[in-house]
Amino acid sequence: MDFALSEEQLELKQAARDWLADRFPLDRDWESTEDRWAELAELGWLDVAEAGLGFVEEALLLEELGYACYPGPYIATVGFALPWLSAEQRARVGAGEERWSVDVDGVPWLGSVDFVVSDGGTAYPARGQEVASVDPSRPMGRLEKADGEPLAGNRNLPRARTASAAEALGVAQRALDLGIEHAKTRLQFGKPIGTYQAVSHPLAQTYTDVELARSLVYWAAWCVAEGDERAPIAAAAATAFATEAAVAACERSIQAHGGIGFTWEHPLHRFYKRALWLEGFGARPAELRLEVANALLE
Amino acid sequence: MDLRDTPAEAEFREELRAWIDANLPAEKRGGRGGAQRFEDPFVREWSRKLYEAGYAGLTWPKEYGGAGAPYSFQAILYEELAAAQAAAHVGVIGLGMAGPTIIAHGTEEQKARYLRPILAADEIWCQGFSEPDAGSDLAAVRTRAERRGDVYAVNGQKVWSSFAHIADFCILVARSDPGAPRYRNLTYLIVDMHASGVEVRPLRQLTGEAEFNEIFFSDVEVPVENRLGDEGEGWQVAMTTLLHERATLGFAFTATLDATVGRLLEEARERELGPRLREAVAREWIELQALRYTNYRALGAYERTGVPGPEGSAVKLRWSEANQRLTKLARELLGPEGILDDGWWNHQQLRSRGNTIEAGTSEVLRNIIAERVLGLPRSR
Repeated sequence: MDFALSEEQLELKQAARDWLADRFPLDRDWESTEDRWAELAELGWLDVAEAGLGFVEEALLLEELGYACYPGPYIATVGFALPWLSAEQRARVGAGEERWSVDVDGVPWLGSVDFVVSDGGTAYPARGQEVASVDPSRPMGRLEKADGEPLAGNRNLPRARTASAAEALGVAQRALDLGIEHAKTRLQFGKPIGTYQAVSHPLAQTYTDVELARSLVYWAAWCVAEGDERAPIAAAAATAFATEAAVAACERSIQAHGGIGFTWEHPLHRFYKRALWLEGFGARPAELRLEVANALLE
Repeated sequence: MDLRDTPAEAEFREELRAWIDANLPAEKRGGRGGAQRFEDPFVREWSRKLYEAGYAGLTWPKEYGGAGAPYSFQAILYEELAAAQAAAHVGVIGLGMAGPTIIAHGTEEQKARYLRPILAADEIWCQGFSEPDAGSDLAAVRTRAERRGDVYAVNGQKVWSSFAHIADFCILVARSDPGAPRYRNLTYLIVDMHASGVEVRPLRQLTGEAEFNEIFFSDVEVPVENRLGDEGEGWQVAMTTLLHERATLGFAFTATLDATVGRLLEEARERELGPRLREAVAREWIELQALRYTNYRALGAYERTGVPGPEGSAVKLRWSEANQRLTKLARELLGPEGILDDGWWNHQQLRSRGNTIEAGTSEVLRNIIAERVLGLPRSR
C-alpha cells in the first residue's frame, strides 16, 4: 500500500494552487461572476481524462478550487454532472462550451450553467426561476422542465459526494491558514494572540479535523477512481466528516479573527458560506451517517 | 497512490492470518487490556511465539534479530492482530521505545546485549521519564545521576511507569549536571531493575488496577557503559524515544480502537437502535477510518523520510478522545445493563480517562501542533 500523492499529483496540486492564487486572490472583486471558464478548458481541468488523469486528480483540483473559493460551476459540471454525459457532451464540456449541474432535492444549481440533469437522467436547458443560495456564487432555482432529453450516462453518487468533500477540505484548509496567519500577526496585550492557548488550541483542533478529513477524502477519491466496492461508504463518510469540518474550521477561524472576522470586508464569510452550501447540498451529514450505519449494522 | 496491498504485502498478510488462526486460541481473544497485559502468563508465551515466528521487531535490522521489513508490514501486523483481538507483545516499551532508541544511539555492545532479548520477551523494559514534579515538563526531572568514577549514582523517584514491577531494565532520564542549562543537563541511562537500591511500588489507578508503578532509586549504581548518548545529551536522546513512541503508536492506538469499534458494532447489531444511536455509532466508525488512513499517509511520509511526521500528534489526540466517546456510547447502548456491567465496557470507560493524559496530555499535544506544526508563537 502506498497512500501518498505521486510527484505528478503534487505538482498538479501546486500548479492549481498558484494559478488560482493569481486569478482569484483574496482581495479580488467578490461580486464579480468572472470564472475564467475558457482558461480552465485550456488548462485541461474540464477533461482530465484527455491527459490520462482520473478522479483522484479531479479531487485534488476540487480541493484547490475550494481553497480559492472559486466562483464558477466546476464542481457542478465536472464533480456532479460528468458521469451522466455522452462522449460528445464530455468533449463539449472539455472545450469549455457547456456547463452543467444536477437537480438535487428539486432545487438545482441553476444560474451560471447551461444544462441541468434531473428526473433520473434527463437533461433540461437551465431555465427557470433563480433563487439565491447561502453561497451567492451558487445561484439555485426552480427548474422549468421543458425540452428534456435523455442522457447516455449514469448517476455516480459516491463520486459527486466525494467532489463536495474535496472542495470542503480545501475550504477547511484555507480557513485554518487564515486563522493561523491572523494569530501570528495580530497583537494584543503586547503579544501575538497565537501565544494564548485559548486561541491556539482551537486552531490545533481544526488542524486535526483537516488532516483527518484529508485522509477520508483521498481514501474516498481513490475508491471512486478504482471502482472499489467501498466507494459508497467511503464517500458518505468523507462527505459527512469533511463538510462538517469545513463549517467548524470557518467558525473557529472567525472566532480567532475577532471583530475583523465578523465584517463583510474580510473574505472569511465567503468561505463560511461555501462551507455551509457544501454541508447543505444533497444529503446532510446526519443523513450520511445514517447511511453509513445502515451499511454497518445490516 | 495505491491502497491495495502489494503482492509482497498480500502474501505477508495471508501468512500472518493463517499463523494467528493456528496459534491464538479463541478464549485468548478479546482481552480487555489494562493489567491483563502482564497478569495473564499467556501474554508472555504469545509474545515469544510472535518472536519465534519472526513477527517481533519486524522493522528492526536483521543483525539485531529483526526482519528488516518495511513499515507497511508493521502496519499490517497491527491490523491483523487487532482483527483477531489478539494481545499485543508484552515488550511494549522495549519494542516501541527502548529498542529504537538503542538502535539510534546505542553502542554496538549495547545493541548486541539488549535488542534480541526485547524481541524474545526474555527481558521486559519500563520507562523512567515522568516524575511527581515533571509530567508534561519532562526537562524538569529531578532524579540525579551523579558520576562517581565508573558509575553513575542514581537517586530519585519516577512515576507512571508501566511494567516496572516485572521489568528487567528501565530507560531513565536523570539530571547529571545541576549547573548546566536546561536541555543540556540530562543523561539517558539503562538501569538494571534488579540492582540494589531499586524499589518498585504499584500505583493503583482509578480503575482499581495497578498498571503503573512508582520507582524509587536510592544510590543505585549504574555502570557508565549503560549510558545512551553522551553525558548531558539525555534530552536529545529522549526526543528520539518520544518520536518513535508517536511514529509507531499511531497504528497501535488505531488497532485497539479498531477492536473496540468492532465490539461496539456487535453490541449495536444485537439491539434495535433509534437513529440517534445509529448515527453516533457511524460517527465513531468514520473517525476510526479517518485515523486509519491518516496513519497510512503518515506511514508514506515516514518511509520516505525516516522521520515521523506531525500527523502522529493529531492521531494520538483524536484517538484518545474517540476512545473516550465510544466507551461512553457503548454503555449507553447497553441501557440499564450499563451500570451493572463491571466487565469489559465499564473497565474501558474508566481506563479511557487515562488516554488523554498518558503519552502526552491533550493539552501538550495541542501545544505541539500549534507551535511545531502550525508555527504559532510559543505559549511559554
